[in-house]
Amino acid sequence: MGLDKLDEHKDSLDRRRETAFALTPRELLRWMWRQLTSMRTALILLFMLALGAVPGSVVPQEAVDAVRTANWQQAHPHLAPIYGKLGLFSVYNSVWFSAIYILLMISLVGCILPRTKVYWQGLRAKPPQAPKNLSRLRQHREFETDDDAQAALTKAHDVLRSKRYRVVVSTDDGSVAAERGYLREFGNLLFHSSVLLVLAGFAIGGLFGYKGGVIVVTGGGFSNTLSQYDDFQPGGLFSPANLAPFDFTVDNFDVTFIQSGREAGMAHEFSAGLSYHTEPGTPTKKTRISVNHPLTVDNTKVYLLSHGYAPHITIRDGKGQIAYAGPVIFLPEDATFRSTGVVKAPDASPTQIGLEGEFFPTYAFTAASGPFSAFPDDKNPAISMTVWTGNLGLDTGAPQSVYSLDKSGLKELKASGGRPYLVNLSMGHTQKLPNGLGSVTFDGISRYVKLQVSRSPGDLLALAGVSLALLGLIGSLYIRPRRVWVRVRREGGRTLVEVAGLDRSSGGNLAGEIDVLTQALTNDRHPVTGTQ
Amino acid sequence: MSHDHFELLSNQALAACAVTYFLALLAHLYQWAIARSLPITASVPATATATAGGTDTIVRTDQAPGEQLDEKSDRMAMFSRIGVTLTVLGACFHFVAVVSRGLAADPVRVPWGNMYEFTMTGTLVVVVAYLALYRRYSLDWLSPVVTGFVIITLMVDVLFLYTPVVPLRDALQSYWLIIHVVAAILATGMFTIGGMSSALYLIKERWLAKGKTSTGYLARLPDLAALDRMAYRTQAFAFPVWTFAALIAGPIWAQHAWGRYWGWDPKEIWAFITWVVYAAYLHSRATAGWKGRNAAVIALIGLATLWFNFIGINFFFGSGSMHSYAAPVLTVLLH
Ligand code: HEM
Repeated sequence: MGLDKLDEHKDSLDRRRETAFALTPRELLRWMWRQLTSMRTALILLFMLALGAVPGSVVPQEAVDAVRTANWQQAHPHLAPIYGKLGLFSVYNSVWFSAIYILLMISLVGCILPRTKVYWQGLRAKPPQAPKNLSRLRQHREFETDDDAQAALTKAHDVLRSKRYRVVVSTDDGSVAAERGYLREFGNLLFHSSVLLVLAGFAIGGLFGYKGGVIVVTGGGFSNTLSQYDDFQPGGLFSPANLAPFDFTVDNFDVTFIQSGREAGMAHEFSAGLSYHTEPGTPTKKTRISVNHPLTVDNTKVYLLSHGYAPHITIRDGKGQIAYAGPVIFLPEDATFRSTGVVKAPDASPTQIGLEGEFFPTYAFTAASGPFSAFPDDKNPAISMTVWTGNLGLDTGAPQSVYSLDKSGLKELKASGGRPYLVNLSMGHTQKLPNGLGSVTFDGISRYVKLQVSRSPGDLLALAGVSLALLGLIGSLYIRPRRVWVRVRREGGRTLVEVAGLDRSSGGNLAGEIDVLTQALTNDRHPVTGTQ
Repeated sequence: MSHDHFELLSNQALAACAVTYFLALLAHLYQWAIARSLPITASVPATATATAGGTDTIVRTDQAPGEQLDEKSDRMAMFSRIGVTLTVLGACFHFVAVVSRGLAADPVRVPWGNMYEFTMTGTLVVVVAYLALYRRYSLDWLSPVVTGFVIITLMVDVLFLYTPVVPLRDALQSYWLIIHVVAAILATGMFTIGGMSSALYLIKERWLAKGKTSTGYLARLPDLAALDRMAYRTQAFAFPVWTFAALIAGPIWAQHAWGRYWGWDPKEIWAFITWVVYAAYLHSRATAGWKGRNAAVIALIGLATLWFNFIGINFFFGSGSMHSYAAPVLTVLLH
């Protein structure tokens, strides 16, 4: 039975059930199951899945870009709570999206199981007997031959076998029945089962994997323990014991920027040199990572995501003591690498000092735009920072971002006109702070790299799933199942041969195939008549 | 030849190619204008190949009665040949334009670095696919649609999307880019041709529903079943290719480039949506009550999502997508 017929048959059963007055709970369940696993429901669920995926491309997603999402929420104070309730900031984890795909999966299982059974039974079945009246089929040819009936039948058998048909000859009836293309349904089942495999892969990855981010200044190091991460997203069943015990040092970083043209200022190439140990005590190995080339250690991957500048800044306090010295990570704000950052000097006396401001790799200035960076490379580096004094709030124990100042206990230093006092420095220079606070020196710059460390154990399973799905799909779409019958009869001393066929899939070129078969059967050039 | 020379050559070849396609379009339009005054006689029983392509309703010119009609159908056939020959010539220019675009970059690279190049290559795939299938499926009826579509698309490409040659960004420098993009362009081209069939199906269906059966272009289109079959064949070919491009090669490349297979980035979301819609299309053809008309509508929705993903996403969500070729920002760097 054709699958769509199976489906229609189910549908008509369902319709009959619907008209029955009282359904027992069992019948009701059966009815619901049939509804859910019908082809029409699958179609509608697929549509809902497509539609449901749309909002995720319009509304920023927390899991994709938390900062953008937070900004969006701030900019839309009225919509944000409603959107939040609807799960629009994490569409792909939302209840309703999950409901759609879980229903689809149930429908899928409900679809695969009975079809596998039908397929299994059909596999060993013989091609069905020739219909009584072959000329009623749409593709039908008829010709005469000089062979006797038996020879004609044998020839039909041989020709069909050579074309890889499964063939049954029934001598009483004087007919041959043949069928091919069994693999199509297999491909279809393989495809649909593989979809489940992909989801299993995703689930495993989501549960046991993790993804973390860390910023490392060149010359600095990282060892793979929880405390070293700047941010860390574990899966539901992740345990810190799963962290591979490697460590590395970022030796250097290279970047080339496009110098001219429309895309001037784009990074053309960037890469970082690492020295690493797969485990403590193992020999040091060296590697370079770049955008398409991560480092892989123990199934854990280290990706180079982006980079930035870490100016070396020294703060001397009122007593001339060094209160802070070292590279400070500035986060890029735009494509020219104008970057923002803060420096905190809690040990400065007489008062704690905080600096907040910008770094320009290629400092430029116009009256209209104020200071800006003309190019992303460090051609003319400069910093411009405001100065804050008082209590940095570091001893309260509350966690504080290293990229911002908690200004509740701080006062901004003012210049004479009441405007903020600015520390404006090009590289290698020092500026004395007023009121005997000390001085700030811009000693030099390092670059830093932003790395992502991740492990997603289900990936291979998912990948195997999609690959199998593709294989199944190709079988399912390109294999053309068809049945062919040949009947031979004697009429007035002549042998008449009829050939007819039935295409079991859409889109096949059955007429052409029947023509080829007929050609092979009639090598004695008798005229062929037929209908199509 | 220097890289600059190649860039110039590419531009000139594309101009020559557009002019040639335009002439081809004129030839086909003239061909179908002649057809208006040519009555459709009883359909010739299709031969085996005709059923494959579905030319059941097209008149065999040698059977049209009357000398005048004979002459007209001869002229029709001639302009059809002229049109196709010009299209082949145009495709040669087109090919030169694409290849020299790649040679113009320093270092030499694949010509798929931005939307301008992607569109240029995509349209070439449409033309080549049409030419390759022309004989086998008797695609005469598709000629004006293909040439018209390609000219308009190339015009948009040159006017709005033109970008001078620049090297590829880091994230785009990977052989997975080549695999991923080749598959995506191939699928896009085939889906587009399938969409043309589906659109013609819907147009012809409406036209038949109004009870019209006279002369002209629509009358000479293959019958509905053949249009449906043509649409199915091309889209069923494109679907696995798209599956490979969007769900296998794409994620592998993303994994290399950004450390995750799948990140629900707008471009990925819409690639997924396209995939699901075409899966729905394949289902609909096997579902009672959804065959034919509804299936054609779903196919066109699929095509719309595909093109929206390609053009719309870059403009509407430009900076939000890591894949934004069009946005001149360093998205990749800033993430
Ligand atoms: C995750 C959801 C699903 C996806 C992505 C999907 C995808 C596809 C695709 C791409 C095809 C066309 C290839 C082929 O002919 O084998 C197909 C065919 C088919 N699917 Fe699904 N499917 C899904 C769920 C279902 C469900 C739930 C059912 C059961 C009701 C189902 C039943 C069928 C059948 C019977 C065919 C064969 C149609 C034909 O002969 O042309 N599918 N599916």
